[in-house]
Amino acid sequence: MSRVIAFPIARADVVLPGTAHGRVLKLPALSFWGGIDPATGRLSDPVAPAYGECVAGRVLLIAEPRGSSSSSAVMLELLRIGLAPAAVVLGHVDAILGLGVVVAREMGWPTIPLYRLPAAAHERIADDINVTITADGAIYRTAATSSGDTVSA
Amino acid sequence: MPAVPPFGNCLRRMHGANTRCMVQLTAEERAIRDGRDGPSAALAMRVVAETARMLGASRLVPVVSAHIDGCLYHGDAGTLFAERLVAGDSRVKIPTTLNVGALDLLHPERTRLAPHQAAMARRMMDAYLDLGCQPTWTCAPYQAGHRPSLGEHVAWGESNAVAFCNSVLGARSERYGDYLDICAALSARAPDTGLHRDENRHATLLVDCRGLDPRLAAEDTFYPVLGAWLGSVAGTRIAALDGLPPALSDDRLKALGAAAASTGAIGLFHVIGVTPEAPDIARAFGSVPPRETIHLTGAMLRAARDGLSSTMAAPGTRVDAIAIGSPHLSADEFWRLLRLLRGRRSRLPFYACTGRHTIDRLEEFGLMDEVRDANITVVADTCVVVTPILPAGGSVLLTNSGKFAHYARPNTGYDVIYGSLSDVVETAAAGRLVRDEALWT
Repeated sequence: MSRVIAFPIARADVVLPGTAHGRVLKLPALSFWGGIDPATGRLSDPVAPAYGECVAGRVLLIAEPRGSSSSSAVMLELLRIGLAPAAVVLGHVDAILGLGVVVAREMGWPTIPLYRLPAAAHERIADDINVTITADGAIYRTAATSSGDTVSA
Repeated sequence: MPAVPPFGNCLRRMHGANTRCMVQLTAEERAIRDGRDGPSAALAMRVVAETARMLGASRLVPVVSAHIDGCLYHGDAGTLFAERLVAGDSRVKIPTTLNVGALDLLHPERTRLAPHQAAMARRMMDAYLDLGCQPTWTCAPYQAGHRPSLGEHVAWGESNAVAFCNSVLGARSERYGDYLDICAALSARAPDTGLHRDENRHATLLVDCRGLDPRLAAEDTFYPVLGAWLGSVAGTRIAALDGLPPALSDDRLKALGAAAASTGAIGLFHVIGVTPEAPDIARAFGSVPPRETIHLTGAMLRAARDGLSSTMAAPGTRVDAIAIGSPHLSADEFWRLLRLLRGRRSRLPFYACTGRHTIDRLEEFGLMDEVRDANITVVADTCVVVTPILPAGGSVLLTNSGKFAHYARPNTGYDVIYGSLSDVVETAAAGRLVRDEALWT
């Protein structure tokens, strides 16, 4: 059990179930296609925020998911090769990103949870902090070691 | 942002409660899900139903055609999924066209994919044909004869195709991600949500274009810029544009929608007096006043136009390659290109991306030789931004496509300069950047 602060910093709607913990990577907008290299999991647009950061294992907060319908293909590939985020929290749900996760489940590959949290509430979650998200969508800030791993009690 | 999300009636109702919505399947849908039509149709129905649940839809809607974006290779996962569907012994239940793949099947040697990737991309394209899809390989299926009618429900992938299908044809598709498209084709169903529903097709944002210099709207190059601006401002909202010329060509609407669907999540826009669901402002907005009105100015468009270039576009700048054709060029666009070239040859690597539907028409009119004589490389079945075709080691790309301008840098590493078709042609002939600023100053 991770050591967590008693009150959640935000409560998200559960879109695809599961729990997650990891370091937050917060982006105002992102299209997985054109925004993430599916071979490396790294953010690939040199002029977009956090260029070069790897999404693997991160809790990805995207206020405005946008862009190409191929984003589900990038998600599926990241899941297959083990470079997917730990969870994705979207400002609003569209018919694209979750598809990659649903298809991965059909293929018997690892999956991740997906949550919806209105963009305005993203302000409550700082970039780069460690969080744990419980099965009911509550997001808790979690202590981290100097290596960046979450502390287990 | 709209006060409520475009989807998720259930999510909205029970915000914070996280209860699951139930999707009501008909007896027919349950039979397919339970394997009556084979394991692939069952898998497809499960994926469609699960997507419906995710989006808060309470039922599915029958769809009459599909356009598949999922046939483009992004990694082995997509190939393995397509082959799983083939192994499940199903074929598409409705007419289904294919978007681009990662290979120019007419000239496979043009794509510099590693042997493994090229083989997997080919296997993927073959798998979609085995599923019964038509080998259209184009991102402009609506110019290749696939034109569903006003009010018909369809399941289309590829963001520009979805925008055109909804906005210009008035058929109804949500912006589906890769793989929902083929699952819809195999099950003939889509989630009954989003743009399938009347109440989600009305505009909320009015863009008043009446104050613009009329010279702008008379030029092709205005439309990708307008689209790029619209996508960045509207986000997920449905906008209605008022004050554009009444006779807008499919090519201009295509360029507008493609750019808007690149910079924003635009699945539907209206043009008052032009597109079928917007004969007037009242009907475009469902007789509700616009939540916001923006009076578009030349300065806003100039900023959007500048935003389409990622590097300084001073006259004489070195250009390493030229690419046009996103979305794929129509025969009309080739005719305009040849007219502007006036028999001159390109001194730069020049790629024109299109589909076989257009190549067939050019052959029919004897124009393919003229294109080849102009030193233009015609890329079919794919495009230069989704697969490595542009010269290795180049650094500056000139394009007249808002969509290329948006995606070229992350996908190809090239910096981009945006220009008009006339700028493209004059640059090709001169071998250095020529850009006419008159329209924008």
